[in-house]
Amino acid sequence: MVPPTEARVREPGRGAPGPGRPPRAGGPGAWFLVLPALIPILVLSVGPLLYGVSLAFTDAQSGRTEPTQWIGGLNFQDLLHDTLFWESFRIGLVWAVGVTVPQFLLALGLALLLDQELRLRWLARALAIIPWAMPEVVVGIMWRLVYNPDAGILNETLRDLGLGDGRDWLSGLATALPAVIVVGVWAGLPQTTVALLAGLQNTPRELHEAAAVDGAGAWRRFRTVTWPALRPVALSITALNLIWNFNSFALVYVLTGGGPGGRTRLPMLFAYEEAFRYGQFGYAAAMGCVMVAVISVLLAVFLAGRLRGGEDA
Amino acid sequence: MRTSARVRGLQYTALLAYLVFLAFPFLWLLSTAFKPPRELAGLHPTWIPEDPTLANFRQAFDEQPLLHAALNSLLAAVGAAVIAVLVATPLAYVMARYRSRLTAAATGWVVVSQAFPFVLVIIPLFLVLKNLRLIDSVPGLVTVYVVWALPFALWMLTGYVRAVPRELEEAAAVDGAGKLRTLVSVTAPLLAPGIVATALFAFITAWNEFFFALVLLKTPEKQTLPVVLTHFIGAEGVADLGPLAAAAFLATLPSLLVFALIQRRITGGMLTGAVKS
Repeated sequence: MVPPTEARVREPGRGAPGPGRPPRAGGPGAWFLVLPALIPILVLSVGPLLYGVSLAFTDAQSGRTEPTQWIGGLNFQDLLHDTLFWESFRIGLVWAVGVTVPQFLLALGLALLLDQELRLRWLARALAIIPWAMPEVVVGIMWRLVYNPDAGILNETLRDLGLGDGRDWLSGLATALPAVIVVGVWAGLPQTTVALLAGLQNTPRELHEAAAVDGAGAWRRFRTVTWPALRPVALSITALNLIWNFNSFALVYVLTGGGPGGRTRLPMLFAYEEAFRYGQFGYAAAMGCVMVAVISVLLAVFLAGRLRGGEDA
Repeated sequence: MRTSARVRGLQYTALLAYLVFLAFPFLWLLSTAFKPPRELAGLHPTWIPEDPTLANFRQAFDEQPLLHAALNSLLAAVGAAVIAVLVATPLAYVMARYRSRLTAAATGWVVVSQAFPFVLVIIPLFLVLKNLRLIDSVPGLVTVYVVWALPFALWMLTGYVRAVPRELEEAAAVDGAGKLRTLVSVTAPLLAPGIVATALFAFITAWNEFFFALVLLKTPEKQTLPVVLTHFIGAEGVADLGPLAAAAFLATLPSLLVFALIQRRITGGMLTGAVKS
C-alpha cells in the first residue's frame, strides 16, 4: 500500500495562505520542534542510505567472521557481466512500463467518466477503496485465486464462453509476466484515477463551455482545454507510478515468487534473494545503486517535463 | 452542456465495465472464503457457494497463528502511527510556516525518499538493528515503520498546517497569548482532524506492509499478518484455498474499515490541494 497521491502530487512551498513568503525560521524554538523528526530521519534513513551505498564497494556478506574489506568497483564489474541481473532489469522495465501506461490510460478514462454527472459514481468511489486499501499480499493471494487453473474464475469463465480449457496463467512461461502486469494495473488504478480526477476538477469549466458553444467537438475540447490543465498532474503521477512500479516487490513475490524460470523476477526480487537468501550484502547493495541510478534518470526526466509543463500552463 | 443519449449509453457501459473490473476479484475472494472443500475441488466453480460454510475461517485459525499475528500487526501499526504523528507534526508545522535551509532539506528528503529502492536501505537497517538487538522484534519494526511513514505524514501535515489561517495565530499573539499558548489552544484544535487522518493513514500503511516485516522478523511468533499469510501460499492444494481466502479477507478488514473512514478526507484534501497548487 502506498500513501495518498495528494501528498505526493502537491508541490511544497506553494499554496501558502496570505500574502508574501513565509518568514525565516527563528530562534531555538524551531530546533526544538524539528529535532524529534530530524534524529530518526538522520539515523534510520539518511545514514542507512549512505551506509548502503558504501556497502556496494565492499565484499560484505552475511554471517562472515573475517572483517569486511573495500574492494572498489569490483561488485559493479561483476554486475556488468551478470546476465541474470540484466535480464531481471529488462523484466523490471517491461513491468514498470507495462503497468504504468495502461494504468494511466484506464485511470484517465475512469476519471473522465467520474467527472460527468453519472449515476453510480458513488459505487465507483466505494469500489475504488478496495484495491487502494488492501494489503499487497492480499491482492496477490486474491488474484492467485482468480488465476487458479482449477478453482479459478478466469478459466471457468473462458470455459463457459467456449474459449478453450484455459491454462495455468501464473506458471506459463509466456503468460506469467502479462498476468502479473494485469494485477499491477488493477492495484494502482484508484490512486491514479483520484489524482487525475483532482486535475480534471482543476480545469476551467467556463472555458470548456465556451469551446462547446464555439462548436468544438469532444476530442478538440479535450485536447485544447482539458489536457493543458491536466498535464502537470498527469506527468507527476505517471513518473511516480513508474518509480513505484520499478521498486515493486510484494505483489510479484506473492503471485509468482519471480518464477517461472525467472520470467517475472523483478530487480527488487533479485536483489532480495541475493541479499537475504545468499547473504551477498555488498553485491546486492551494488544492485540497489544501479537501480537508484536508473530511477534518478527517470526523476530527472520527470522534473524536466514538469518544468516545461509549468511554462505552458 | 447537453449530452446525447447515445453518448450517455456508452458512458454507462464503460462505467459498468470499470465497476466489474474493480469488483470481481474481491467478490471471488469472498466466494472462495465461504466454499466448503468439496465445492472448491469441484469441476465447475460457481460465483455463489451452493453450501456456504464458516469452516474455512475456523481452519485458518487452526492452521496458522493468525490471532497472534494480528496482535503483532496491531502493535506495529498503532505504534508506528502514534509515533510518526508525534514526531512529524512539529516538523510539518515548521516546514509550513518558516522558510529555512533546514526545511528545504527536509522537503528534498521527502521527495528523494520516494525513489529509494528498499534494498539499499534494508541491508544497512538490517545490520544496524542487529547491532542494537532490535532485529526480529516488533519494536524494531516500529522504528522502521515510523521512518518509512514520515515522508507522506510530513506531506499531509504540512498541507493541513497551511490550511490553518496564519491570521488566527497572529490575532492570538496580538491578544497577548504566548507562542506555546497559541500553538496549544489555537493551532492544535484546528489541526486535530488532519492529525487523526494522517495517523490513520500511517496505520494502514504499516498494517499492510510486507517487505520490511519479511526481512526483519524471523521467529514465527513475532511475524505480522502479511508475512504469516504468505505461509499459506506455496504447495496449497485446491482444498486449502478456502482457509487462505478466509484469512486474506480477515486481514483486509481493518484497512478497509479505516480507509472508508478517512477516504473522503484523503480524496477531498487531494482536491483542494490540487486546486491550490
